[in-house]
Amino acid sequence: MITKEEVKHIAKLARLGLSEKEIEKLQRELSSILDYFEKLKEVDISGIEPTTHSILVEDVMRNDETIANRKSQIAKKMLELAPETKDGYLKVKSIL
Amino acid sequence: MELTELTITKAHEGLKKKDFSAVELCQHFLDKIEKADKKIQALLTISQDLAISQAKKVDKIISKGKEIPILAGIPCVIKDNILVEGVRCTAGSKILENYIAPYDASVIKRLKEEEAVILGKTNMDEFAMGASGERSAFFPTKNPHDLTRVPGGSSSGSAAAVAAKMTCYALGSDTGGSIRQPASFCGVVGLKPTYGAVSRYGLIAMASSLDQIGPITKTVEDAKIVFDVIKGKDEMDSTSVNLKSEILNPKSEIRNLRIGVPKEYFIKGMDPEVEKIIKTAIKKYQELGAKIKEIFLPHTEYAIAIYYIIVPSEISANLARYDGIKYGLSKVKSQKSKVKSLLDVYLKSREEGLGDEVRRRIMLGTYALSAGYYDAYYLRAQKVRTLIREDFKKAFEKVDFILTPVTPTPAFKLGEKIEDPLLMYLCDVFTSPVNLAGLPAISIPCGKIGKLPVGLQIIGKPFEENNILKVAQIYENIRSNN
Repeated sequence: MITKEEVKHIAKLARLGLSEKEIEKLQRELSSILDYFEKLKEVDISGIEPTTHSILVEDVMRNDETIANRKSQIAKKMLELAPETKDGYLKVKSIL
Repeated sequence: MELTELTITKAHEGLKKKDFSAVELCQHFLDKIEKADKKIQALLTISQDLAISQAKKVDKIISKGKEIPILAGIPCVIKDNILVEGVRCTAGSKILENYIAPYDASVIKRLKEEEAVILGKTNMDEFAMGASGERSAFFPTKNPHDLTRVPGGSSSGSAAAVAAKMTCYALGSDTGGSIRQPASFCGVVGLKPTYGAVSRYGLIAMASSLDQIGPITKTVEDAKIVFDVIKGKDEMDSTSVNLKSEILNPKSEIRNLRIGVPKEYFIKGMDPEVEKIIKTAIKKYQELGAKIKEIFLPHTEYAIAIYYIIVPSEISANLARYDGIKYGLSKVKSQKSKVKSLLDVYLKSREEGLGDEVRRRIMLGTYALSAGYYDAYYLRAQKVRTLIREDFKKAFEKVDFILTPVTPTPAFKLGEKIEDPLLMYLCDVFTSPVNLAGLPAISIPCGKIGKLPVGLQIIGKPFEENNILKVAQIYENIRSNN
């Protein structure tokens, strides 16, 4: 069983606000799901390579250049979606 | 025949022969939505103006006597995690309730190049996390065959809309079964392409190493038509590739086919009626001359555990973007004294905007990736994932296709599994191994229990969608001749 403190710590890492009631609920639910994962310990994995993607994935590079016209249009649309902007920048609250 | 009954092929013929106009066809479907969707609730957004303007454009092309592409003027609906420029895109979540897509997904671009008609966006489990549609932040979609039951998920609205004839076809996405399972529950065809066969650009990411977009249609032929339009390499998705030779092996005549039936897919606790229907379907192939072999996929029982470690891990990273700063629901302007710092904006925006299952998976993934647990969970899961891939690889040395049930039971009751997350996860038992191995698979209707449809899953080798579709077509032909 994971502890309440662990739940709070994970929530903080995930930047997820939780109510007191939810912390208890998640403590129970996460514990039972993690118990289920124990099943994987039955498998001998010595010498087995991990799979990240099912197909061979290679890095694909393009020239790092801006496409003037397209950029300005998309940037404008993107900024319109932001809750607060100032002078073409996203505005955020103080971090200190 | 009602226009809403038409398949893509039939509707295309009708348009070419001028039996009806594209606007008429579009209007029939919009009327059907107006009438049927009050009960089924498959759609989150109806893009009527866009649809009508697209249809008018097609009518203009036809009136000039020009050829039209196969999907021109054919109405479709799109799962609400795929971006259509200028149309609201919620992914079934409160956090994107008012988000207007700033660009088209690559699959939408391709549909638009074909002059497709987009009727609207379909309901889904929030960010595609669910197997019943009940995790939509807005409302649960109902199964058109029985309104007290779920349509399956997470492409709930897409499958229900095709089944209820509210659209000619739909696009869905499949990470662990989200196209095939609802297609099975709703009695329609659903194709999950090989990972990399279809561009994911403009698909709202859940688990990037597994997500794939695919068609949900009335027939196998229609699934092929849509797949042929959306497939192939796209410079905006570095994991997308062009499919190899399209030419079918002439030896793929039915009498030369070797079909594998995995022992591990007929388990205790499975509905005996489902088992009977699937075995009858397999027998049909045998009667046509295919060789049926029992095969073994010994790591199948670990698929759910692997899946629910890898997927939440990728989710915890992918969903970090919903921060209340860039777009979507934000508490940045909240007048409450509690939202003072940047951290408060994150915590409060994500608390209010993200639903229970999404939060559960973010927590699970963050835990699995956190210091001290990475090796025990994520790395171990990735290693057992390798064994699942090898199981399939070995099996495909002996057989050409694998036939299985899509799910152990037909559509379950609304509310039946919602309280127990693990019970809901187990719905993916026969579908998630296919995603972990990156293989293509299709679900086709193969019988009914009472009024509830049952789907047959045909799994193929990587990038051999065409062969799967051909084998599925053989079965569909037998069924429609009977």
